Amino acid sequence: MASKALPMFPQAAKTALSNSQLRRNLGKATTTIRAKRAAVVSELPDWEALRSAGSSIKARTMRHLDEYLLQLETAVQHAGGQVHWARDAAEANRIITELVQATGADQVVKVKSLTTDEIHLNKALAAAGIRAIETDLAELIIQLAGETSSHILVPAIHKNRSEIRDLFRHTIARGQDLTDDPQQLAAAARRYLREQFLSAQVAVSGANFAIAETGTICVAESEGNGRMCLTLPRTLITVMGIEKVLPTFQDLAIFLQLLPRSSTGERMNPYTSLWTGVTQGDGPQTFHLVLLDNGRTNVLADDVGRQTLHCIRCSACLNICPVYSRTGGHAYGSVYPGPIGAILTPQLVGVKQAKSLPYASTLCGACYEVCPVKINIPEVLLHLRGKVTRLASPLDPEALAMRELARIFASPKRYEQAQQLARSGQRLFIHGGVIDHLPGMLAGWSTARDLAPIPRQSFRDWWRERQRGDQI
Amino acid sequence: MRVALFITCFNDTLFPNVGIATTQLLERLGLTVDFPEAQTCCGQMHFNTGYQRESIPLVRHFVEVFRDAEIIVAPSASCVGMVRDLYSKAAALSGDAALIEAVDQLTPRVYELSEFLVKRLDVTDVGAYFPHRVTYHPTCHSLRVLHVGDAPLRLLRAVKGIDLVELPDARECCGFGGTFAVKNADTSLAMLSDKMRCVLDTGAEVLCSADTSCLLHIGGGLHRQRAGVTTVHLAEILANTESEAL
Repeated sequence: MASKALPMFPQAAKTALSNSQLRRNLGKATTTIRAKRAAVVSELPDWEALRSAGSSIKARTMRHLDEYLLQLETAVQHAGGQVHWARDAAEANRIITELVQATGADQVVKVKSLTTDEIHLNKALAAAGIRAIETDLAELIIQLAGETSSHILVPAIHKNRSEIRDLFRHTIARGQDLTDDPQQLAAAARRYLREQFLSAQVAVSGANFAIAETGTICVAESEGNGRMCLTLPRTLITVMGIEKVLPTFQDLAIFLQLLPRSSTGERMNPYTSLWTGVTQGDGPQTFHLVLLDNGRTNVLADDVGRQTLHCIRCSACLNICPVYSRTGGHAYGSVYPGPIGAILTPQLVGVKQAKSLPYASTLCGACYEVCPVKINIPEVLLHLRGKVTRLASPLDPEALAMRELARIFASPKRYEQAQQLARSGQRLFIHGGVIDHLPGMLAGWSTARDLAPIPRQSFRDWWRERQRGDQI
Repeated sequence: MRVALFITCFNDTLFPNVGIATTQLLERLGLTVDFPEAQTCCGQMHFNTGYQRESIPLVRHFVEVFRDAEIIVAPSASCVGMVRDLYSKAAALSGDAALIEAVDQLTPRVYELSEFLVKRLDVTDVGAYFPHRVTYHPTCHSLRVLHVGDAPLRLLRAVKGIDLVELPDARECCGFGGTFAVKNADTSLAMLSDKMRCVLDTGAEVLCSADTSCLLHIGGGLHRQRAGVTTVHLAEILANTESEAL
């Protein structure tokens, strides 16, 4: 991925937090989806066992990823598909562009795919004169608005229906009499998309899962637009991160239970498309599978970070996250927002390029609790924070303060001296009995919170006084 | 039974009353309380901010101070969370086999106050009296790291005179998060304002919790707003009796 530094989270979050419409949209959407998830998860008595199974299958897959990928390649080729390996985004984009050019097509229809967002495929195709048309309703909205996704599953979560009506009136539904009724909006999108499906020669998709033993690819979706893309055009190109492989068909049974309940809060998603290579006379007659690394083998090499690759992109962690549900996805500056983005992005682009993301969490642990494959996100956040602090200059004020505090806390004598020093030093900041203004790095604390002064007597002073009293 | 009090540097310095209340409560229940005076800080702030190597001397110090204690009790879910959940990681990072072994020996003996009372002592009615309208904020570390469950609520429900009211969206983080409150001050405040709204909606005059760190944050906001809600640690309510009000 690009080595450009991402915007700092605290500043990006500040902008998002002051957008009252965004706060309202996000708050409403995440609250609704949290409740739906909680309801369908609670009706399964074996949910915890399913999570454990999902976690073990993924851990086993990662241990033997090289073998499973080769097995997948052979199986796909055997079923009449072609397999391409891409080291990074540039290589993947080049492969896909050349594949589209070889068909003579100048436009492609797309199934909702985070991986193609990650490699900025649409931009690369546009540079080669190929138009990419997003067919997932929310992705279409984002594309028409010239924006980027703010949620893994619900990319337009930051937009409400009247904003969407205005957008459609200026783009795909010019001159049409359109209200902000969701059914009318969906109908307008359907009229536009039908034309695209019926004329498309090439489709590009991502993949939720790929089965090593059979070469079967699986895409789970809600709208059926993906199904249209996967079946109507003559050529299908699927891009998937190498971590999406599963060893056996049986493993899929676990994940097709975990995914819909965790993501949309449904018992089953409306459309699950499975295909194995090509079938003569039925569906696409040419199938290409592009296997993408783009930093993933670096993640795999990290003992603690490796579990990040277990992610099935359900977005339960986003919906439950108290930070994400207030800032939204754009503040994370990446296609992968929320808690999973805070650990995945720094590992894919390099910790140096995304230093603020591991700190975009209170470590409240809600993400770990809901993760269907038990990724210990707080553990990985701490691991990455450790890497961030190693990058800092030895003269960094925070690093200096932390080292000095560690030196003080390591000795009871220095610790007690520091207590006394703080008690006398605080006099400068006490106004009317409270501390309402703090200096330097701590200023953020006092903008909206008062602080009671440090009491004259510490607990240990009280304890000693009592011990003396006891002795008398 | 003898218990060693792990007061935490935060309570020792900023909330001595919580330590006093914890001592009085445990003694009232017939326990002998020791306070190893050499204790300082558990190293949580360092570890959680990414200064994991810097936390190792503090882990070592803690282990030495409490090595001989049979049971260690602290009125703080977050500091106990550090010891129980993260000390093994700090020890592993040090590569010191003796420290790894010492941490393994020590951590199962460290309890947060409410889990010690309910799960270890099997006590829920501690004979407390607190005639106020109270709402309880379960902190993230108590819920999701220590899994204390409803132990604090069971203790509170048994308090005489209390008018305990449920806090809406109680399980949601208050936005403190240690250095998060400073590094991501705006996001922290957005979370705080929602938490304060929930607290105010209950009509409670007292907000109770098992962590003074979260209370410093929520209470600081409530005080700035002149909201008229006091923040009190669980130990302070449980130590309060009809004959001896704090």
